[in-house]
Amino acid sequence: MLDVRDLSAWIGGSHILQGVTFGVEGTGVTALLGRNGVGKTSTLRAILGELPATGSVTVDGEPVLGRPTHRLVRAGLGYVPEDRCVFAGLSVAENLRLACRVPDPDYDTVYSLFPELRTRARQRAGTLSGGQQQMVAIGRLLLNPNRLLLIDEPTKGLAPKVVAEVTAVLAQVAQRVPILLVEQNLAVVRRLAGTAVVLAAGRVAWQGEAADLLGDADRTRSLLGVGSTGLGRGAASDAPSQSSRRGDH
Amino acid sequence: MGTVVLLALTGLGLGALYFLIASGLSLVFGLADVLNFAHGLFLSVGAYATWWAGGRLSGPWGFPVAVLFGVACGAAVGGLVELVLIRPLYRRPTEQVLVTVGLSLAGVALLQAGWGADPRRYPSPQWTQKVTRVLGADVPNDRLLLIGVAVVVLAGLLAFLRFTRYGLVIRAGVENRAMVSALGIDVRRAFTLVFAIGGALAGLAGALGGVYFGSVSPGQGASLLIFAFIVVVIGGMGSVTGSAYAAVAVGLLQQFVNYYGTAGAGDICVVALLAVVLLVRPAGIAGRAAT
Repeated sequence: MLDVRDLSAWIGGSHILQGVTFGVEGTGVTALLGRNGVGKTSTLRAILGELPATGSVTVDGEPVLGRPTHRLVRAGLGYVPEDRCVFAGLSVAENLRLACRVPDPDYDTVYSLFPELRTRARQRAGTLSGGQQQMVAIGRLLLNPNRLLLIDEPTKGLAPKVVAEVTAVLAQVAQRVPILLVEQNLAVVRRLAGTAVVLAAGRVAWQGEAADLLGDADRTRSLLGVGSTGLGRGAASDAPSQSSRRGDH
Repeated sequence: MGTVVLLALTGLGLGALYFLIASGLSLVFGLADVLNFAHGLFLSVGAYATWWAGGRLSGPWGFPVAVLFGVACGAAVGGLVELVLIRPLYRRPTEQVLVTVGLSLAGVALLQAGWGADPRRYPSPQWTQKVTRVLGADVPNDRLLLIGVAVVVLAGLLAFLRFTRYGLVIRAGVENRAMVSALGIDVRRAFTLVFAIGGALAGLAGALGGVYFGSVSPGQGASLLIFAFIVVVIGGMGSVTGSAYAAVAVGLLQQFVNYYGTAGAGDICVVALLAVVLLVRPAGIAGRAAT
């Protein structure tokens, strides 16, 4: 459904993506993996028109590269950026209301997945915990019909219990809409992803079944620099440190 | 007591004028990151349009209609400047500053070419030139008019920001413009709208400033703009309530120091207040939030 070919992008003169080519199927979760700074976030931002980029990106055969971000989102590409980007000064209800772009937003689904958002409707989003903010960020997506979701590190910085909750929600969501997921937590990837695309130095270094990647410890180590046997949060030290991950493009 | 009341209400009247200019300036900067030096031109356009229409209309509704005309002209010029000059220059701040500074200089020159450099007598209604007795002081009605209008504008702006869809977009956009786009919203339409709102409020300030000063002149907008910028910085970029607090502080400080100190000392004190706020609270009174 999403077809990315020879995608190149630049940030401040540096050539971050150097001909990235991969596809996302119409169902399930495709994980976009790689070490820090290889261009995972940049790939999402380039697809969405937030970075100057060349190459070709098509959604269901329709070329989208170069179109303004808001048009792509209206056309059904939902996006949750790294760090969630909820509006801290707005209430939870206002954050959700702002995201509605159809006449009959699906509040039922959002409130059934995240009942807390209803009880905290009047609370300022800036005073929520990281997990609650992630609920707002994912809730914003689910209010509208989408063709594809681009989700960037949804479990970053969250407590293990919350990681499990977010993962469970994403698993439910993925039954309805395909997801392109950037994620460092390999336990989450293992749980959700059918397919994996691994970036290295601005290019695709490997793609295939996620199970083939994560089942092969040597391959995982050589591509991602980590082991793949752990299960919980921070599985097999997949996150070198929070501070170094911040530098990820 | 009478003097203090008179000084306080005159200071508040001046603060009201600053607020009308600064609130639009602040929203434009907060949302679109544009430092709009042409904002003073919007004020002059409103003042001259009101002056022009006021001279041609008579009767009890003549002046209010002239003010509405001035406000409409300010809004139209504000929106047009955004569409034609600012929009092609987003993400190019240096060029934006150059274009708005150039526009304000050209605007003053155009007004001079059209109506001369001398101040023109303003067609203020009779009642604005009378006084009302407040707590033992004879307060000129124009100050009370300015204060009343500013309070209504403040309430209206806050209600707009709080209860309307566009208000929501503006408040969110002041925080994180890119994320507003990522929710499928064309944030640039909100830019045009805040420019038009800023232009309308500056036009209103021009129309009522004419009553306050008794005349209009081409350079009026530019000189008021300096204090409006100070108010914006003290109040916090993007904050309407911050601008209101700061405008009151600046207006009062200026009046009292100018009266009890030497003339002109008030302006210096305002700059000192700016320096203190920048040292103690660099983000301004309200920080960065469109409230």
